[in-house]
Amino acid sequence: MKYRDEYRDPVAAARLAEAIAGVVARPWTIMEVCGGQTHAIVRYGIDQLLPPEVTLIHGPGCPVCVTPVDYIDKAIEIAGRPGTILCSFGDMLRVPGSASDLQSARAGGGDVRVVYSPLDALEIARRNPEREVVFFAVGFETTAPANAMAAFQARRTGIANFSLLVSHVLVPPAMIAILESPANRVQAFLAAGHVCTIMGFEEYEPLARRYRVPIVVTGFEPLDILEGVYLCVRQLEAGRAEVENQYARSVQRSGNAAAQAMMTDVFRVVRRRWRGIGEIAESGLGLAEAYRAYDAEERFGPVGQRDADDGECIAGLVLCGERKPPECPAFGTRCTPEHPLGVTMVSSEGACAAYYRYRGVASVAAE
Amino acid sequence: MDDIAFSCPVPLPGDETIKLAHGGGGRATERLLNSIFRPALDGPELSRRHDGAHLDLNGPVAMTTDSHVVSPLVFPGGDIGSLAVNGTVNDLAMCGARPAFLSAAFILEEGLETALLARVVASMRAAALAAGVRVVTGDLKVVERGKADGLFITTTGVGTVVAPRAIGPQGVQPGDAVILSGDIGRHGIAIMAAREGLGFESGIESDCAPLSEPVLALLAAGVDVHCLRDLTRGGLAGGLVEIAETSGLSITIEEQVVAVSEPVAAACEVLGLDPFQVANEGRFLAFVPAAEAARAVDILRGYPVSAGAAIIGTVTAGVAGRVSSRGLIGGTRVLDMLSGEQLPRIC
Repeated sequence: MKYRDEYRDPVAAARLAEAIAGVVARPWTIMEVCGGQTHAIVRYGIDQLLPPEVTLIHGPGCPVCVTPVDYIDKAIEIAGRPGTILCSFGDMLRVPGSASDLQSARAGGGDVRVVYSPLDALEIARRNPEREVVFFAVGFETTAPANAMAAFQARRTGIANFSLLVSHVLVPPAMIAILESPANRVQAFLAAGHVCTIMGFEEYEPLARRYRVPIVVTGFEPLDILEGVYLCVRQLEAGRAEVENQYARSVQRSGNAAAQAMMTDVFRVVRRRWRGIGEIAESGLGLAEAYRAYDAEERFGPVGQRDADDGECIAGLVLCGERKPPECPAFGTRCTPEHPLGVTMVSSEGACAAYYRYRGVASVAAE
Repeated sequence: MDDIAFSCPVPLPGDETIKLAHGGGGRATERLLNSIFRPALDGPELSRRHDGAHLDLNGPVAMTTDSHVVSPLVFPGGDIGSLAVNGTVNDLAMCGARPAFLSAAFILEEGLETALLARVVASMRAAALAAGVRVVTGDLKVVERGKADGLFITTTGVGTVVAPRAIGPQGVQPGDAVILSGDIGRHGIAIMAAREGLGFESGIESDCAPLSEPVLALLAAGVDVHCLRDLTRGGLAGGLVEIAETSGLSITIEEQVVAVSEPVAAACEVLGLDPFQVANEGRFLAFVPAAEAARAVDILRGYPVSAGAAIIGTVTAGVAGRVSSRGLIGGTRVLDMLSGEQLPRIC
């Protein structure tokens, strides 16, 4: 396929792997921030092509993984109310709440609908004026502009039976939290290309300086990731700590101004709890004052504030790169995609699910 | 009846939608059978109007059954009627049998448009003609609105086994070549594209088709077919893992040899789906001795439905149940069955 196959070319991949082996002299640990990158790394076996000095660890960039349990519970509660329709992205449906998940809520008679775009949810609201339609707005900066657009359009066109249950999160505060953790092992980041397509990468420059950490904005295809790793290793070996843009075909330094303006109009920065990680200051987005009327929490009551207990699940450590999925005693035994103990085993972008799916339990155990 | 001149019967006035009375066994049922089912499906067995069919079959017989539920009922490249015929025809073909007779049991939801039912039954007729099978007995029930999703069809099929020895996962041997009959993922993506709420324009048609012709050709040519498996809900990955697990063997495939059409590949990229796990309704795997693989591929390529046949991998004694795929850039991954429902990801 044009515009895709050239980023999966085996000869070019081997050449990049050789280039990495050529510049590396010491062991380095690099974190890919985004779950989409984790998925590609495990799917294509990119880590198998790297020299032994380079260790990739998987970051927190899986939107469903970090959505707090209380929000899932709230979504389930809303879905169960007569007369409401809960619209969600597909991979939220299997994420376990404290007692159930949205799939079970649907089986129990709740009207839960999978949408590809928040504007589809708005359209459902327009067509069902007698029902309350709630869109479960989760994700990083990538999904925020489209979700903001849904709220903007609802207000502009006067669709009053539409609201958003918002649990948006932001990437840079999570990177800071990881860098400031005493257990941190990360020496360089592959920043998330899609997030930077929206936000640009100016906001990463102070991080690179302050924490002396190379940050390479990286795409999602195998050659993107290999090139991102190459640029990281080259900086690390040279003692540099800068922001570089591997994904220049999509990302500009200042990002997408129109998308950012839409986000600024509809959202404000808030404190946010991350599932498995805990509360991080100024790490999320909530609806701005002008959009309070479209806040599902205003209509259906506030989301709970309990700290989730995921039992023996170590998803938090996996999301911070402190453990790899196979290091969990429950991996592949008590925890599988059919019976997940934690969210990282559920989402296709979750590190545990990626290992389970593409490596298999037996081969992982043998590693 | 003239096969060519057949057209959808027009529903009688007052019968524009299905009502509970149509399943009551009385006059309304009779009217529905006479206006839609008999004109489309009648043959020597159905025309006897008896409780069952007398059939003549020589030698060992294969039998299979399948319930068909699909939303939407009509999709690009087919509908629940063609699916119900081809699904069962293909299961018989995978047993190394020549499909002969089908039964068809319909569960209709009150309120179903009669014209839609007529269209589906007409499509069953066309599919049965194309596959060389006859519907010889059937059943019809109507349930209250909300108790079914429009229309469910269960078909049971019988056919004469022509393979000289049993075809199945137990026949798979280390060293066997794995042949895939064509490109994958069309049916699943066509359905998703047509499904309400997931609207995107794809132009992709379901691959729904009967597979008996190429399979019978392999057997007629004397190819020593060890196992056949049609790829349905679980996609290519599901089919391979089932065979590996049942046979206790390992399968390695080469990812770049597996054909995925450009629109299907593009849709999978956008939706975050793995084409290896997307449903098919007109593709199958054949496990044959390596020495016969090239000849088998040549035979399959002689039929439109399997014109894209290719050798995609081999069977080894390795880890029982393990299916590995050597990827485009050289890394390998383990293929697994789909866990639960296939759900599109966030971004």
